[in-house]
Amino acid sequence: MTLELARTRETAPTARADSPLALRGMTVSYGQKPAVFSVDMTVEPGKMTAIIGPNGAGKSTLLKAALGILTPLAGTATVYGKPVAEQRHRIAYVPQRASVDWDFPTRVIDVVLMGLYPQLGLLGRIRPVHRARAADCLARVGMEDFATRQIGQLSGGQQQRVFLARALAQDADLYLLDEPFAGVDAATEKAIIAVLKSLRDAGKTVVAVHHDLSTVPEYFDNVFLINTHRVAEGSVAEVFKSNHLQDAYGGRLAGAQMDALQLS
Amino acid sequence: MIWDALTLQLGYNATLVTLGATLLGMAAGVGGTFLFLRKRALVSDAISHATLPGVALAFMVMVALGGDGRNLIGLLLGAALSAGVGLLLVSWLSNRTRLAEDAAIGSVLSVFFGLGIVLLTVIQTMSAGRQAGLEDFLLGSTAGMLRSDALIIAVAAALTLALVLLLRRPLTLASFDPEYGTAIGQNVPRTDLAMMGLVLAVTVVGLKIVGLILIVALLIIPPVTARFWSERTDHVVLISGALGGIAAYIGAALSAAQPNLPTGPIIVLVGFALFALSLLLAPGRGALSALLRHRRYQRRVHLRQGLLALAHGQPIYEQLTLRLLRAEGYALPDGVATKAGRGRAAKALRDETRWQLIRRDPAYEAAAQQYDGLTPIETVLTADQIREIDSRIDMRGGVMA
Repeated sequence: MTLELARTRETAPTARADSPLALRGMTVSYGQKPAVFSVDMTVEPGKMTAIIGPNGAGKSTLLKAALGILTPLAGTATVYGKPVAEQRHRIAYVPQRASVDWDFPTRVIDVVLMGLYPQLGLLGRIRPVHRARAADCLARVGMEDFATRQIGQLSGGQQQRVFLARALAQDADLYLLDEPFAGVDAATEKAIIAVLKSLRDAGKTVVAVHHDLSTVPEYFDNVFLINTHRVAEGSVAEVFKSNHLQDAYGGRLAGAQMDALQLS
Repeated sequence: MIWDALTLQLGYNATLVTLGATLLGMAAGVGGTFLFLRKRALVSDAISHATLPGVALAFMVMVALGGDGRNLIGLLLGAALSAGVGLLLVSWLSNRTRLAEDAAIGSVLSVFFGLGIVLLTVIQTMSAGRQAGLEDFLLGSTAGMLRSDALIIAVAAALTLALVLLLRRPLTLASFDPEYGTAIGQNVPRTDLAMMGLVLAVTVVGLKIVGLILIVALLIIPPVTARFWSERTDHVVLISGALGGIAAYIGAALSAAQPNLPTGPIIVLVGFALFALSLLLAPGRGALSALLRHRRYQRRVHLRQGLLALAHGQPIYEQLTLRLLRAEGYALPDGVATKAGRGRAAKALRDETRWQLIRRDPAYEAAAQQYDGLTPIETVLTADQIREIDSRIDMRGGVMA
């Protein structure tokens, strides 16, 4: 434990100031049971990072605690070296699709415009330039024809793309996505990954909670393995290996599954 | 008399009361929309019942201090105070104990109301208590309302209305997607608190006119009614405000014309009439339109199945199918296809064959997703695409008409 701490401190100061998202000692518990325990994470700028781990490993919890949606028991989160509260304008968040009521009286374009609320303030009028921006974000996820639909009429994949368009409207530097590929069709998955890669190529940083191990090497640059504790962190080539995965999944991955991943 | 009341010709006081009630109805409709969208409508019931002990205690304190126990501002302050305590108790019980919110609401509501009734009974036995008229706070009354009372209500309602409109964006976000709201820097707990504060304000201001038992209806019925008419938050808010204003206006005017009628129940009944009309007649979400849509869809399914049965030369047993085929002139009463029927049946079968081919071909993935057995293939594919598909069917020797 002391060794672990010493190593973290050594690398921390420089890496932390540049990192789009750095967590130190993050601990979150539901009742007396920790969901995330003393996790350190240093996201590399300009890369796509996948947060991976088994069910109940605290992947979404970690993301929510970093954003202040959940109050951590202990630990700090910094975004580009400053407290999260001061950097909200640089963060875009795509929550899990199941977290909202899709019968809510709102249209696709209205949801995307929510991404502009911080900019609009309480009373700022929604002007044509804002509508154009929202329409442009919808076009980037291939949903421009659905702008005036009620959100409940969309398929799951389309709903996910609308959430992504809302995040795009924020024009942030750091994109945090909670299970963006859960329960979506193949066309949506392709559209989302194309958008995320274009963000990365434009110098933005993308962090996504991900559950499909087979697509990790194809989609992501870096991997953060978690099972309540941090298991490993680094590039796909370094970290996405059978020993780390078995550590994270506690031997729950069958041999056949491991073979299918064709690990390096 | 009723017409005079509705056209505000019953004198200055009655007019003021009616306008005050209208503003209150608008504030309740607008504020209630967010309560409804946040799925916390019942909290308002706990708040309103929790006002009663405050009203009674305020009366006792004012009498004990030698003042006029009926001073409206004093009574409303007492109401706000005890409603605030009730609200804090509900949120404490549901956040800090294992009690679910509905149980917390039920407990707080009944205990506070019980305490209030006991205090009212005590007041009845006090010498100053007989003329207090505190029972009016239960069901609401505009009779004998002072001009200053009406003015206080009107101003407070207008302020509440303005505040809701000012906070509409945070309120929308907190109702639709609180996690996202937090992520972009909104203080969601504070927004929730503001919403509850608004509801508390509407409740307290409305006590005198609508009464604490029924004020919850003024907060819930208008938004539920408005939801039938629109799929947009801002429109639902505006429609709900208008409906609340109309219900309160008519209710207050009727009760001003007939002083024996309690105001609150009349307002609620008018609101309910608007709700019932919307439930039945609203396009899109209304019951009648849903029924018609379902019937039309069912008929299309039956007709399609009937045509396919004709094409395959199968007998048709379902009466509805047969009746539809006959009505379209596709079949004779004994179920034999007419000439027109044979043509349509062949077309239906050909389309079905085309669809099967499309659904197996990944190149047509987007089009294949629209297959529901009913959509005409011409609306999904271009003429060229259909020709291409048909040429493949010809090569396989498929069924062609």
